[in-house]
Amino acid sequence: MGQDKTISERLWAAAIWAGVLFFIVNFMAMIATVVINSFGTRWLGTWLPAGFTTRWYRSAWDEFQLADVLTTTFQVVGAVVLLSALFGVPAAYSLARRNFPGKQLVILLFLLPLMIPPITFGIPLATVLYQLGAGGTIWGVIIANLVPTVPFVILVMIPFIEQVDPRIEAAARVFGAGTGRLFVYVLVPLLAPGILAALLLVLVRTIAMFELTFFTAGPDSQTLVVALYYAVYAAGVRAGQSIDAMAVVYMITTLFWLLIALRFVDPTQMVARAKQEAAR
Amino acid sequence: MTHTADRLARAPQESAQDRTPWRVRLALHDIDGVTLLVVPAVLFVLGLFAYPFLYGLVLSFKPRAGDFLANYRKFFSDPFLYDTIYATLRLALPATIINVLISIPVALRVRKMHRRRLLTTILVIPITLGTVLIAEGLLNYLGPQGWLNRTLMLFGVISTPLRLVHNYTGVMLSLILSGFPFTFLLTLSYITGIDASLEQAAATLGAGARARFRHIVLPLLVQGLAVNFCLSFVQTFSVFPSAVLLGAPAGDTRVISIAAYQAAYEQYDASMASAIAMIMGFVQLAVVLLALAGRSLFYRGAAGGGKG
Repeated sequence: MGQDKTISERLWAAAIWAGVLFFIVNFMAMIATVVINSFGTRWLGTWLPAGFTTRWYRSAWDEFQLADVLTTTFQVVGAVVLLSALFGVPAAYSLARRNFPGKQLVILLFLLPLMIPPITFGIPLATVLYQLGAGGTIWGVIIANLVPTVPFVILVMIPFIEQVDPRIEAAARVFGAGTGRLFVYVLVPLLAPGILAALLLVLVRTIAMFELTFFTAGPDSQTLVVALYYAVYAAGVRAGQSIDAMAVVYMITTLFWLLIALRFVDPTQMVARAKQEAAR
Repeated sequence: MTHTADRLARAPQESAQDRTPWRVRLALHDIDGVTLLVVPAVLFVLGLFAYPFLYGLVLSFKPRAGDFLANYRKFFSDPFLYDTIYATLRLALPATIINVLISIPVALRVRKMHRRRLLTTILVIPITLGTVLIAEGLLNYLGPQGWLNRTLMLFGVISTPLRLVHNYTGVMLSLILSGFPFTFLLTLSYITGIDASLEQAAATLGAGARARFRHIVLPLLVQGLAVNFCLSFVQTFSVFPSAVLLGAPAGDTRVISIAAYQAAYEQYDASMASAIAMIMGFVQLAVVLLALAGRSLFYRGAAGGGKG
């Protein structure tokens, strides 16, 4: 569209960039206050804390039983990632390769858990899980988290699978490979980048998934984000710096995996997938 | 089509293994071993998403006391309960509209940018960190001794700290902070889907920036914006952690999810909680349907500029 010409257009562009900058600066400052506070000794009525220390990390580690919480978090996340791949990838393959009657209905079924917010379906789901005896256990947390991640893996994988040339599969079948061998020797190696991307996104989403875990977790099955919520909720019981130390641990856990994920996926993919399906 | 070729290659082989014609007949409708791979996932979503939803719906009509509509009658006769709908809409509608409206000019500008990926990466961070962390961060940052108030006082904009947390403002700011990146990335993906040559053609014919936006980009974008509005709205409508942590959960940010939570986990009334969850879903659905009905008033057509 060429260069901006008139003064009003330039002013408009400058105003937009100023707005974007304002947003980012405020966001960064918000993160910075959390990090600085977690290292501060005392911070009252000044720009920066009176002194710096790392002791809040030790006290947060003990007070909030972070070792247990982190173990639970990684058990939940690991199980969710593995199970959503086992359910999701074969289903995506079926949807990518076959045009069976009722396929649109099946896709709609997979879209709903992604479009309906977890708060809305979380309470009925938690009720059912408690009745089955899974509520309050780590399995309840894993099952609840799988509800949005299985459809997520399916919808992310379908376009990846459609890119694979079906003649490669036909060739494997001619040489006598069954569906199982086809998956192990042909599809999984070809789809590795797509599977990796989908699973990393599932991983990041599950670490940050608050609502479903909050509704189904018992005292021994809290993940990091739920433990953080309870700590902030009961602020005043513990030192603020201790809570912020835990918040930093949470941020590092999330951002570490996010950075890895971003090496494999375009950020817009993280939100755009559901919308592409919805727009049809 | 590839499906047909695939099927022709497969059908004789399978019928040779198993001479029952029903398999061939099913295969002609694309139902075979591969199709069955979708079954575990379908059963999973049916069992753990559809069933709980229907179970919740049925449960909501089986209250602890009274006839089958007692829960709903209680909800709509108690201002402490029915006001939560208003409190939620009062947060969710402005936050969504602000986010969608701001995202349009920013996305129009950003699509011309060369290093778009850096900006989108920065914007993905608030989405990833989630509302709980943003609530904790904003409690520090917006508090009376926080950097924002200190900066405003330094420049003499205000003389006493603004009260920005534990009220409506705090929740609204957190909804914008956590919601804007999501809305923006969706708008950006819609805007980049509009063929730039359409605008170039208009510019060649002498249309200014405003005219191009008004007559070309906006009509093509309305469909996407409606979907974007719906997705963003249901996210903000289900606000829970920030309404509790940053708002006044007993006062003017007592949103509907708080009422549902209290019914389920403080009064242990699963039936009432389900009823509130169903009302929540119904209000979301109503707003979404209104938005989608609104979009049909506008142009529907291809956003591409291909020949023919």
